[in-house]
Amino acid sequence: MAEFTLPKNSVLIEGKTFKAAEGVTNIRRFEVYRWDPDSGENPRIDSYELDMDTCGPMILDAILKIKNEIDSTLTFRRSCREGVCGSCAMTVNGKNTLACTKSIDSYTDTIKIFPLPHMQVIKDLVPDMTHFYAQYASIKPWIETQTPAPADSERLQSKEDREVLDGLYECVLCACCSTSCPSYWWNSERYLGPAVLLQAYRWLVDSRDENTGERLDELEDPFKLYRCHTIMNCTDTCPKGLNPAKAIAETKKLLVKRKLG
Amino acid sequence: MEYRSPLANVRGLGSAKSGTSHWWMQRVTAVALVPLSFWFIKFLNLSLTAPYQETIEWLTTPVNTVAVVALILAIFYHAALGLQVVIEDYIAAEGIKIIAVWTVNLSFLTLALAALIAVFRILLIG
Repeated sequence: MAEFTLPKNSVLIEGKTFKAAEGVTNIRRFEVYRWDPDSGENPRIDSYELDMDTCGPMILDAILKIKNEIDSTLTFRRSCREGVCGSCAMTVNGKNTLACTKSIDSYTDTIKIFPLPHMQVIKDLVPDMTHFYAQYASIKPWIETQTPAPADSERLQSKEDREVLDGLYECVLCACCSTSCPSYWWNSERYLGPAVLLQAYRWLVDSRDENTGERLDELEDPFKLYRCHTIMNCTDTCPKGLNPAKAIAETKKLLVKRKLG
Repeated sequence: MEYRSPLANVRGLGSAKSGTSHWWMQRVTAVALVPLSFWFIKFLNLSLTAPYQETIEWLTTPVNTVAVVALILAIFYHAALGLQVVIEDYIAAEGIKIIAVWTVNLSFLTLALAALIAVFRILLIG
């Protein structure tokens, strides 16, 4: 059966509280999930009171401020700090987002920060993405052709054909959508999840690709594709404003079209 | 220690190359059930308020006979398809999953047969 309760060693305990310095007036409280695999302790929630007058505007700025000024053991991924690398995906106040493009002002009161849901945690806010990346590799996210490339130019594409990829190519594989999906929580061993299915669709509709049929063959599976029940959490949470649910629905339509003509 | 590569785990036994019919028939039966459900409300109303003989006569007209048979087929087929998906979602243990799916499908098949036989008994015997 699906597990509905946390195992004993995953139950959260209250952690340390780091008070703001005397005389600080503009305070915001951040509660952050902490877990150190080497300590043998349960995960805990540490609380940090930050001076907003000396903090940047984004959630990532607050996390960096904690690491730089208060607690250097706080572990997280980040790289580009402008929403194109997808590293800093995490759950902020119950919703998956990129910490670097989400402003602190879009929340009121205490801000709670957790790692992406239902993933194995490596440490603090760092989830294990191995399986997710392997799923991405399994859909062969590269062009597949029989026709050799033109000797003296790129493979050409009309403007209209290129526009089909809008809303698909922008995906940065942050996994916010996949880890917000209950179907992915219960069946991620086999269900590919919204992020990977959006990428699969991106190659299905690329006018230059010649392997559409084989790609559809690979996707047509009760678990790989049809675990999507149009819950729409993926589209709701996508920090890039994309619509994975629609890409999945279009994939299902292609499969019906192939069957019924 | 896990020596299989993550990609080997993901690719597993490969694609079943099925599932489209299951998904499509769930939609088809759902659409069919929209008008049939309105018809069913009328039928229920009649069977609760009208005398027995009048209800039987109403049901014996060709359109209504077809409707009741179509309703039975669509409703039990739709229920079996849907419940199978729920079981596949929530039951991870392979053995229990297979037994549960079989139980659901055989139960609904039995119920559909019982309902159809009941209808024909009523229509033929009155």
